[in-house]
Amino acid sequence: MQNIIRLKGIAKSYFVGHPNEFRALNGIDIDIKKGEFVSIIGESGSGKSTLMNIIGALDKPTEGQYFLDGLDVGQERDQELSRVRNKKIGFVFQTFNLIPRMNALRNVELPMTYAKLPYQKRTERAKELLRLVGMGDRMTHQPNELSGGQKQRVAIARAVANDPAIILADEPTGALDTNTGHLVMDIFHRLHEDEGKTIVLITHSNELAEETQRIIALRDGEIVSERAGSGKGGRAA
Amino acid sequence: MSIAENIRLAFASLTANKMRAALTMLGIIIGIGAVIGIMTLGDSLSGYMTSTMQDMGTNNVTLSLKQRQEDDKRTGSGGDMAQMRQQMMAQMMGAGEESPYTEKDLISAAMLSDIREKYADDVDYISVSDSVGSGSATDGKKYANLSLLGVSADYSGANGIDMKDGRFIGERDVDGSRKVAVVSEKLAAKMFGAASPLGKQVFLSTDTHSGTYTVIGVYWYKRDMMDASAMSGGSDNNLSTNVYIPLSTAGRITGNDGSQSVTIVTKAGSDSAAFAKEVESYTNDVFYARNKDYQVSAFSMDSMLDTMTQMMDTLQIAISAIAAISLLVGGIGVMNIMLVSITERTREIGTRKALGATNGEIRTQFITEAVIICLVGGIIGIIFGTVLGAFGASLLGFPASASLFAILLASGFSTAIGLFFGYYPANKAAKMDPIDALRYE
Ligand SMILES: Nc1ncnc2c1ncn2[C@@H]1O[C@H](COP(=O)(O)OP(=O)(O)OP(=O)(O)O)[C@@H](O)[C@H]1O
Ligand SMILES: [Mg+2]
Repeated sequence: MQNIIRLKGIAKSYFVGHPNEFRALNGIDIDIKKGEFVSIIGESGSGKSTLMNIIGALDKPTEGQYFLDGLDVGQERDQELSRVRNKKIGFVFQTFNLIPRMNALRNVELPMTYAKLPYQKRTERAKELLRLVGMGDRMTHQPNELSGGQKQRVAIARAVANDPAIILADEPTGALDTNTGHLVMDIFHRLHEDEGKTIVLITHSNELAEETQRIIALRDGEIVSERAGSGKGGRAA
Repeated sequence: MSIAENIRLAFASLTANKMRAALTMLGIIIGIGAVIGIMTLGDSLSGYMTSTMQDMGTNNVTLSLKQRQEDDKRTGSGGDMAQMRQQMMAQMMGAGEESPYTEKDLISAAMLSDIREKYADDVDYISVSDSVGSGSATDGKKYANLSLLGVSADYSGANGIDMKDGRFIGERDVDGSRKVAVVSEKLAAKMFGAASPLGKQVFLSTDTHSGTYTVIGVYWYKRDMMDASAMSGGSDNNLSTNVYIPLSTAGRITGNDGSQSVTIVTKAGSDSAAFAKEVESYTNDVFYARNKDYQVSAFSMDSMLDTMTQMMDTLQIAISAIAAISLLVGGIGVMNIMLVSITERTREIGTRKALGATNGEIRTQFITEAVIICLVGGIIGIIFGTVLGAFGASLLGFPASASLFAILLASGFSTAIGLFFGYYPANKAAKMDPIDALRYE
């Protein structure tokens, strides 16, 4: 099976207070197959979000190479990276990051707007996606009229709007209670199993990590362990 | 992201912060409003002035008596302005008010015939008038108000008098100081009804004079700006119209043998402004060189119109400069608020970038927002300024005319301000690092 994500010797340094180099990531090698559901765990400050930003083509590594679906991300220009994020990656954030003053429907439409889909098509698809995540009855609600769990479901619908191959979720259940967290996890499982999405999930919860196929543990910017979880293979795996 | 989408977004963010948007727009509204207001007023004014002066005849050159001043150097437009004002006043008030000049100072018939001879190529008519005063025509119970005016034979040609019946005052009437009169059809109707007034006697009286005259002609009465009774809006019954009698006949009553002011009508095709200059220096050199108190000055309607237009333009430029400062301040206000806005919306910008917005798309979004603020402000300013300008014009009694050019210019200018002052904040947003933006607390 093809590796959709290939990280080779990735390092990320921050320079805080000049000569002090801080290595947030150091020598990371990860291969993720298409359709895999991988979780990344590690204590706070271990570099999980930094890693995810690199995988999501939001950030470039200081060292090493990253191939996303065969594309050498380090070599690409901003414009191309925007396109890659738009088409191939769906982000889900801990803090939801819905755009204020835009209702649920418009939020879900946004990635399709940037993909220049015609109005009719994107509205239809946005409605369909909102129904899929159980938000069919709240399409015209503004973000501040939704609960945390509801916001996250809208955010997930938005993440999959352009049918990206990869979903990157950085602690998507971090701001939710356990029950709601499970509800959101169920959606990820469905996307993985039914739609064959490749999912990288960052979580603090070992319980949720267990549900995935592979668990990668980080400490101080390095991989300390890698093991299989109990998750089922997806359709494409 | 399409333009329509961006405009929709811009309006959404404006309405989300109405108070802030309104305050931001205020500078633009005031600036644009001021420009449009003054332009509307200026256009109304100069439109009215131009048409009025064209009615008065652009071929007319007025030659009039002027007191010598110690520092009598006609320099720059200030001199022109002062002179013009003086002439205007003389025209409006009617010549022949209490006059400190003496017989020898006046523009005499001899001078005029000399001028006519010398400038035969330029002069079409020389019209001379001498106001006797206002009074009435009476015949038993019948009466009609009038102004009695002594005129030369050229007067009718110079002033575009339209005869209905009979003839105007002729050379021989003047030479013979005949007691003949030309009356308006209004006066004729009141005094003689349907019967022809030609050859009839009419008894005219003013404060200083009364006498019986023979009616030799009837002219069509025209309401015009110089007509005092028309201005005061008197009813038709009290309407005062001019009655023309020969200049020499009037001279006997008033004791004037010359004139304070004459109108020279230049021939079509001759340059009246140049002629005015020439005739002025000629007359002063030849006839007034030894006169210590008086000299003459000439001005043409053409040059007056130019001066008027110039004055209007200068005024408009001055006001526009002030408005430009207001617009500059307004533009800086827009820039400031856009900078605040993008800082507040840093996470939104990060999110949009994560979702695939390019730098260009972010830039366009915020520039559109700045342009919409300015354009909405500009449109409000245009409405506000037009209403204000029209109100000002009607207050001054001129017909208001909106300046389409100014409206288009203002719309374009608002857009330009939005583009110019929106670019920097928008570019700052576009260049934000997506990670930093997403992390922003
Ligand atoms: N822009 C930055 N400048 C300097 N240091 C940074 C920057 N971003 C991250 N770091 C540092 O890199 C390290 C890794 O940060 P990261 O956000 O990846 O941690 P994390 O594993 O996601 O933690 P958490 O679970 O709390 O989210 C931290 O020590 C952090 O202080
Ligand atoms: Mg993190």
